[in-house]
Amino acid sequence: MTAPKDIHAYLAEFEDIPGTRVFTAARARQGYYLNQFAMSLMKPENRERWKADEAAYLAGWPLSEDQKQAVLARDYNRLLNLGGNIYFLSKIFSTDGLSFVQAVSTMTGASVEEYQAMMNAGGRSPEGVRSKGEGR
Amino acid sequence: MARITAGVGSSHVPLLGVAHDQKKDRDAYFGPIFTGFDWTRAWEKAAKPDVVILVYNDHASAFDMKFIPTFAIGCGERYQPADEGWGPRQVPQVIGHPDLAWHIAQSLILEEFDMTIINEMDVDHGLTVPLSMMFGDVAEWPVRVVPLAVNVVTYPPPSGNRCWALGEAIARAVASFPEDLNVQIWGTGGMSHQLQGPRAGLINQEWDNRFLNGLVGGSDHLRHIPHIEYLRETGSEGIEMVMWLIMRGALGPSTRLLHRHYHVPCSNTAIGHIVLEPNP
Repeated sequence: MTAPKDIHAYLAEFEDIPGTRVFTAARARQGYYLNQFAMSLMKPENRERWKADEAAYLAGWPLSEDQKQAVLARDYNRLLNLGGNIYFLSKIFSTDGLSFVQAVSTMTGASVEEYQAMMNAGGRSPEGVRSKGEGR
Repeated sequence: MARITAGVGSSHVPLLGVAHDQKKDRDAYFGPIFTGFDWTRAWEKAAKPDVVILVYNDHASAFDMKFIPTFAIGCGERYQPADEGWGPRQVPQVIGHPDLAWHIAQSLILEEFDMTIINEMDVDHGLTVPLSMMFGDVAEWPVRVVPLAVNVVTYPPPSGNRCWALGEAIARAVASFPEDLNVQIWGTGGMSHQLQGPRAGLINQEWDNRFLNGLVGGSDHLRHIPHIEYLRETGSEGIEMVMWLIMRGALGPSTRLLHRHYHVPCSNTAIGHIVLEPNP
């Protein structure tokens, strides 16, 4: 068996990874409409309505005020904290015409250029970002 | 009788579809990635598989949060490339193999795997990018495809051990299909990458290469890697590598290496690619 028997222990470990929000059931529940809103941007007619008036489009979705503000601000770290998942949120930045590298870099504190340079040099080392508790 | 003749592991990075479609595949950035697939394209032409069982994950294209199947199998006649927000890729439609797919679905359910059956869906880059990487620019795909979608987005995804066991059951199902078919199984997704949060951009070349090496010969240890290790060591999206274990499980106790390629970076990820044959 590779799966732990204790779901609580399984979930607790995810909170120990630095700079990472694992898409658990709790986040999936909190972000259900946020992710479904993002998913609606898969349809060209919805993208047009969204681009014409973002706030009006959001008003049609039962999102929290925090979620709406974070969407309008394109604050992806905050959206992850509010239950967003990156594969769904990607529909927002794709509609903005941004690539994954451009959008993902905004969550790291680095500029797009710095992030790209890090990737070209082999990416972010796992050293020091494996565990908060163990500091490794 | 049908038989699984080979397994292919490969990342399915969406940017590779863009590079392929815009013919940038031999420029300075993409050249080292695409040349790693030259051997495989020549080999696929000679190997002439009839069907590929293509293990991948949907990226919020066919499935949204309404339904989240852990394992789903495409039993339809054909699948169109999905519109992922930039319009559908201009690549051929994917032709299914409903007879084989239904046979596998029924066999797996009797083996106590609770499969979701899909008759209609569009397929996203997770499925079409590997086809482009293995077959290049073609008017129609030279194989029929049985899509097998795995949830690796909403936790918990299936364990590596469960994926391996599913692969073993797929091999038994294929072997009991009466038609003479040359079948390959591809495991796609991964390798190390994290697309979210302050830790985005994580790459662990040492771990990835250990995993690739582990797929050759006896690989039993790989099925016991827990989710938390993929997350810590290979980033939040590195969990996609459990899908390679469905491919590996289907190849039996031991494999022989035919081709191997690894390169960093490819967009936000490491690209890994391996071709294996079952050892008799």
